[in-house]
Amino acid sequence: MENVSLVIIGGGSAGLASAISAYDNGVKDILVIERSHELGGILNQCIHSGFGLSLLKEELTGPEYAHHFINELKKRNIKYLLDSLVLEINKNLEVVYSNSFGVNKIKAKAIICALGCNERTFSQIFIPGDRPKGVYTAGLAQKYLNIDGYLVGKNVYILGSGDIGLIMARRMTLEGANVIGVSEIMPYSNGLNRNIVQCLNDFNIPLYLKTTVSKIVGNKVLEGIEISDVDDKQNIILNTNRFIKCDTLLLSVGLYPFNTLLNKAGCKKNSLTNGALIDNNFETTIEGIFTTGNGLHVHDLVDFVSEESFIVGKKAAELILNLRNDVISELNVNNKDNVSYVLPNTIKLTNNNEEVYFYLRVRKKINKGKIKILNNNKIIYSFIKMYLEPSEMIKFKIESNLLINLKEIDVEIEEIK
Amino acid sequence: MKKELYDVIIIGAGVIGASIARFLSRFNVKCLILEKHNDVGEEASGANSAIVHSGYDPKPNTLKAKFNVIGAKMFDKINDELDVNYIKTGTLTIGFNNDDLITLKSLKERGEINGVETSIIGKDELFKLEPNLNKNVLYGLYAKEAGIVNPFLLVSGLIENALENNIDLKLNSEVIKIEKIMDFYRVFTKDKGIYETKVLVNASGRNGDYITSFIEKPKFKITPRKGQYILFDHFDDHFINRPLFMCPTKMGKGVLVSKTTSNNYYIGPTNEASSLDDVSTTKEGFDYLKKESLKLINNLPIKDAIREFSGVRANNNIDDFIIEESNLNEGFFNVSSIMSPGLASSLAIGEYVSNLIQNRLNLKINENYNPYIRKYPKFNNYEKLKDLININPLYGKFICRCEKVSEGMIIDMIHRKGGPTTVKGIKKRLRAGFGRCQGTFCQEEVIKILSRELNIPIDEVNYSDLGTNILKYRSK
Ligand SMILES: Cc1cc2nc3c(=O)[nH]c(=O)nc-3n(C[C@H](O)[C@H](O)[C@H](O)COP(=O)(O)OP(=O)(O)OC[C@H]3O[C@@H](n4cnc5c(N)ncnc54)[C@H](O)[C@@H]3O)c2cc1C
Ligand SMILES: Cc1cc2nc3c(=O)[nH]c(=O)nc-3n(C[C@H](O)[C@H](O)[C@H](O)COP(=O)(O)OP(=O)(O)OC[C@H]3O[C@@H](n4cnc5c(N)ncnc54)[C@H](O)[C@@H]3O)c2cc1C
Repeated sequence: MENVSLVIIGGGSAGLASAISAYDNGVKDILVIERSHELGGILNQCIHSGFGLSLLKEELTGPEYAHHFINELKKRNIKYLLDSLVLEINKNLEVVYSNSFGVNKIKAKAIICALGCNERTFSQIFIPGDRPKGVYTAGLAQKYLNIDGYLVGKNVYILGSGDIGLIMARRMTLEGANVIGVSEIMPYSNGLNRNIVQCLNDFNIPLYLKTTVSKIVGNKVLEGIEISDVDDKQNIILNTNRFIKCDTLLLSVGLYPFNTLLNKAGCKKNSLTNGALIDNNFETTIEGIFTTGNGLHVHDLVDFVSEESFIVGKKAAELILNLRNDVISELNVNNKDNVSYVLPNTIKLTNNNEEVYFYLRVRKKINKGKIKILNNNKIIYSFIKMYLEPSEMIKFKIESNLLINLKEIDVEIEEIK
Repeated sequence: MKKELYDVIIIGAGVIGASIARFLSRFNVKCLILEKHNDVGEEASGANSAIVHSGYDPKPNTLKAKFNVIGAKMFDKINDELDVNYIKTGTLTIGFNNDDLITLKSLKERGEINGVETSIIGKDELFKLEPNLNKNVLYGLYAKEAGIVNPFLLVSGLIENALENNIDLKLNSEVIKIEKIMDFYRVFTKDKGIYETKVLVNASGRNGDYITSFIEKPKFKITPRKGQYILFDHFDDHFINRPLFMCPTKMGKGVLVSKTTSNNYYIGPTNEASSLDDVSTTKEGFDYLKKESLKLINNLPIKDAIREFSGVRANNNIDDFIIEESNLNEGFFNVSSIMSPGLASSLAIGEYVSNLIQNRLNLKINENYNPYIRKYPKFNNYEKLKDLININPLYGKFICRCEKVSEGMIIDMIHRKGGPTTVKGIKKRLRAGFGRCQGTFCQEEVIKILSRELNIPIDEVNYSDLGTNILKYRSK
């Protein structure tokens, strides 16, 4: 069996950044394995601009952003395989992958899973009605348009105000389609503000808040949909349904981590994110298996994926190069009031006094919130933040000495009226 | 214009038409199957519970009882010949109280009359078989001989084998008119086809009475009833191990919880009056299924739901299968309105009807008949996968990551007789697009492979029926 120090599964923005970072932190023997015929992951189909502003300080398209990282990878001569699917990983840190040259098993000192995310489909949100052709996730329609050069329809309705849906609203309009409207079940949009303005408002595409698609209609091909109003608990209000004629329904109703490989290996699952449970090294419950990017939790921007994965590459390098210090205390992290999830799930402290990073999302829109870390109801750290939204991930770091010798902390957000 | 005369025309390529054709191919016969859809098995045979019932349940002395009991026993052999993923899981019918126990006992007796062995088991044994049952369950009727099957591969395998043995198939050929002319039948299809045949078999499922009415007044009336399902991903190999039915009560048969041959789980079906082709789902249906199924199991993996769908049962006013040669019109065989347990009975029906036809036409044995189809390129271990890759490197290039389907497997399937030409056809036979992402990752690649292998432009690749091409308009 071949030995490799670090195997990185997935060559999207997370895999690329973690590979580069692991290399720069001293691990030279790296293999990136990518299922598709090119590196870059989802970025390849995101031909709009807006990437890189935060990290690279310039505005790039998705492929340009990916290209930047692919170049960095190549400069370092990091090995990668394309058209190769990882079929299995296990707790002995063995990786089985297949491609047209055969099936191979390799043994690693560490594995980073950077598997990306799935889009939720109409079946996962239980939309009733017929099952005609004409209903797609926004990402799939994006791929057909940007990679293959085809529109899937001309009269389009969009469910969900996620960013991919908003971007597709603009993109399809520019391609001559009639985008009839966007329904959002919540009282607020889930997309970034700049996308609401630039993708909907600028094209006079209406956004209907507190509405949802209550029925899909069409025998073989989509003939239309019914939309209905919803109440404060997102339940459909009877007799508010109205028919909208359209040939395409795009769904932008959320992304969730793709994590079957990790589950199968026995890494404990995080039921709040659908990713794996991790510690502050981004290590799963199996030593040596790390996870990052949208395969861990869904990020708002690719820049943040890259940033996170730089850290993860470094953490994996520390394990491989035996640079880890002994753990002196270990604690669990719980999400409490107004926090829909928080990462990491456990924190392992050593005496090198490294800072601890937290990633979390607020459950609902809050104008002014106090973000608190508590131990036994005692605040050990807090700060005030304005305009909290579920669509914007909250990130912060604290000094590790605040946490020494604790067994448990709670993270909560207090709404300040 | 002189038409060539067929010995047999079969209307409908569901499991019944497919099975008749396949068993008929044991003889030297000129036979054509006419199917209105763009693929085989698109109606009831593609949306059902996929259970090979053992046969204790149907009323004694009915056609259902007769063909179910014989048919169920034929699955071991067909599995060997056609690789239909048949698994003898057994089934459990669950009782919750003493009234149910009485019902279970009477079902057991009924089974004895039908010639099917079952046993009644108590709570301890139930939980040994199924640890995730609801804690309120008390009794179970265990039918060891029952099983589950892959209904898609059953239909496509029967069809492939029939075609390999010289039967013909025409898709997109909806029969719209039939004329009886002396001793043969003239069949007209919507696409302006005209065919002539000595024997005509109506295997049109829920359209059976309508098709019959082209020739004679039907003796039965179909009352379609819809069944909705919720399907879950394979999150755990042993959430449940076999189909679980509720003990029938005055209120009906309840719902069932089951697993598929690929370790997915489902709950369903509802039982509602519907129109013939109404395969829609409803919120009421979902709510009902979620509530009822929790009587059988202790939790529902709602987050793992990946698909909701419906099938339409071809129930009728006689409450039994229609399997007969018309006494008014010689050579017209009615094998329609085949409701549950039609799948379990399909092989027995196919064999029986093909023998009747052989008799009527005095057909000779087909000396070249081969009951096997080419083995599917499957792998259950990496050594096997390596062997496949040695044959064709594309077996190692995976297209569908949810269900692990490689390009080589897709190509192999496309080039079989009666093979898929649509995205849905690939999905049904190979599961690419059937998994958690529902094709958001692989559908595009599947379209490209279909286009290349069938030599048609990508914008002519259909999702299912004609006119359902996905890539519609070229971008600017
Ligand atoms: C349709 C869509 C559109 C998006 N649009 C935007 C946008 O406009 N702006 C934005 O900021 N963010 C966008 N995102 C979010 C974007 O996914 C992330 O910000 C970022 O690109 C994710 O990087 P990643 O590396 O985690 O995942 P990905 O880019 O998805 O990369 C994961 C890679 O892993 C590979 N892989 C998975 N499993 C295996 C396996 N078993 N073996 C080998 N390889 C495997 C995949 O092929 C893929 O290339 C979008 C996401 C989606 C799904
Ligand atoms: C909800 C549900 C659950 C079930 N569960 C089970 C089960 O667990 N076990 C079991 O044994 N059975 C079960 N059944 C029953 C079983 O599915 C059916 O008995 C069986 O599939 C019937 O096969 P068929 O070929 O007669 O009908 P179909 O599969 O409906 O085939 C009829 C074919 O005829 C074609 N056709 C119709 N009209 C025309 C025309 N004019 N011209 C050309 N072609 C035409 C149709 O397109 C179709 O392909 C279930 C059925 C349903 C609906």
